[in-house]
Amino acid sequence: MQFGIFSVSDITTDPTNGRTPTEAQRIKDIVTIAKHAEEVGLDVFALGEHHNEPFFSSSPTTTLAYIAAQTSTLQLSTATTLITTNDPVKIAEDFAMLQHLADGRVDLTLGRGNTGPVYPWFGKDIRAGIPLAIENYALLNKLWREHTVDWQGKFRTPLQGFTSTPRPLDDVPPFVWHGSIRSPEIAEQAAYYGDGFFANHIFWPASHTKQMVGLYRQRFEHYGHGSADQAIVGLGGQVFLNKNSQDAVKQFRPYFDNAPVYGHGPSLEDFTSQTPLTVGSPQEVIDKTLGFREYVGDYQRQLFLLDHAGLPVKTVLEQLDLLGAEVVPVLRKEFAALKPAHVPDAPTHASLVAARAAAAEKKEEVTA
Amino acid sequence: MKQRKLVVISAGLSQPSSTRLLADQLSASAVRAAGLLGVTLDVQVVELRDLAHEITDNMLTGFAPASLKQAQEAVTAADALITVSPVFSASYSGLFKSFFDVLDKDALIDKPVLLAATAGTARHSLVLEHALRPLFSYLRAAIIPTSVFAASDDWGANSVEGPLRGRIERAAAELAREVERREPAVVTDPFALTANFEDMLKNL
Repeated sequence: MQFGIFSVSDITTDPTNGRTPTEAQRIKDIVTIAKHAEEVGLDVFALGEHHNEPFFSSSPTTTLAYIAAQTSTLQLSTATTLITTNDPVKIAEDFAMLQHLADGRVDLTLGRGNTGPVYPWFGKDIRAGIPLAIENYALLNKLWREHTVDWQGKFRTPLQGFTSTPRPLDDVPPFVWHGSIRSPEIAEQAAYYGDGFFANHIFWPASHTKQMVGLYRQRFEHYGHGSADQAIVGLGGQVFLNKNSQDAVKQFRPYFDNAPVYGHGPSLEDFTSQTPLTVGSPQEVIDKTLGFREYVGDYQRQLFLLDHAGLPVKTVLEQLDLLGAEVVPVLRKEFAALKPAHVPDAPTHASLVAARAAAAEKKEEVTA
Repeated sequence: MKQRKLVVISAGLSQPSSTRLLADQLSASAVRAAGLLGVTLDVQVVELRDLAHEITDNMLTGFAPASLKQAQEAVTAADALITVSPVFSASYSGLFKSFFDVLDKDALIDKPVLLAATAGTARHSLVLEHALRPLFSYLRAAIIPTSVFAASDDWGANSVEGPLRGRIERAAAELAREVERREPAVVTDPFALTANFEDMLKNL
């Protein structure tokens, strides 16, 4: 199982001292945070994409390439890449390029984006979000798998004899996760292609995530990619740790109460009981995280949100230390002990190359 | 006897509240009127005051906490609604509107709804027509023709068998007839898959 962190790249005033990092500082901090994730033994760093303040991450592949150059094992991903407002041709090019530079340590999570004003800036309409996600991904999928593409659709100019360059590394496209909070159509899309499904998980109750993942698993089997329990599932999570549970609550409360997404709404205690948020000791985080498996089944990737809501970089790095030293090693061991052998790990470039070779060998045997 | 579900939504804030009083009289009349038509109404009352925090939380987080979710599910599954708001600043109260703001916009389609309001003076009586009726028209509810307004005067010593009683009986009888002639409410899951992927690709 893969463990990692994801960042939404918000630049938020620290509510405890009124300080706001500059864009320059926050951008350098995210690189430090990603590198530290590798240092403490995490597997994945995923970065969001936004085209509006207070976020900086308009160009995730640039940032991820810079991080790739300074890391050696960290899997680089996104949370999420906007499949609606980006041109699928540019996504195909950017991520293939990143794949080469990062020696294959790349996958991506596609999302629609729910900020209404962003769509028209890119000539799109939020009301067409689902059709955009469906058509754009169909093209992206084709561009990575066919050398010369003729294509016509509803949302972009037609292509004749187009080749997306560079070609994917070893002719194996990056693995794709489809992210969604509440759209069954996206679970269906992930299942149709046999791609991964990433449930945001952190903003909605467990019962909802259970339903969405259940739908994806059932349809994954329906489309013949394997049994329902072999579908590739990722979950978001949100934690704040301290060796002493009460100190964690005390330290995190001002950030929670003023957080951009849910601040000034439910109490920390209510939100903790309603969503995956865990504020407490390493053991509490371990217990709650192991509990996710009970409603989504054995899953492949767990990403935590750590750096947001104005938390200073020093605190974020300390959080990573605790996560890497006291939480993830235990989770790794416990989840591995529970997982049946026929449930696959999250695909990596190496496993996809191996799978392709195995499939080719099998085909040869059949023809011979 | 047919079994049907009636949910009564009261947005009164005080205890006791004339809004709740009107809601109770309407539901008691509806139960009697339905009984005469061979329909047993199971009544559930939703006091919005008890859900005020949860309604705000839902607005900010996008999901309903458990107690509000139960109320939303009861409303969605109801065969009929009685909704009663106090008049605040010449309209329904903000709490009343907020409850419907966070309810699924399709939850009330074709559902019989009896509208009622209370205020300190009869000068507010048209709030039913210029505020409540357009809201429920937008939500595509099947609005009962008679709506009921009660001012402080209507609760006076001489009004027990007065015009308010008559309006309550008439509105309740209309609601009962709507419930009696309809099939039970069918609840659809907003997160259920309604099309397979090949069709989605074809019908872009």
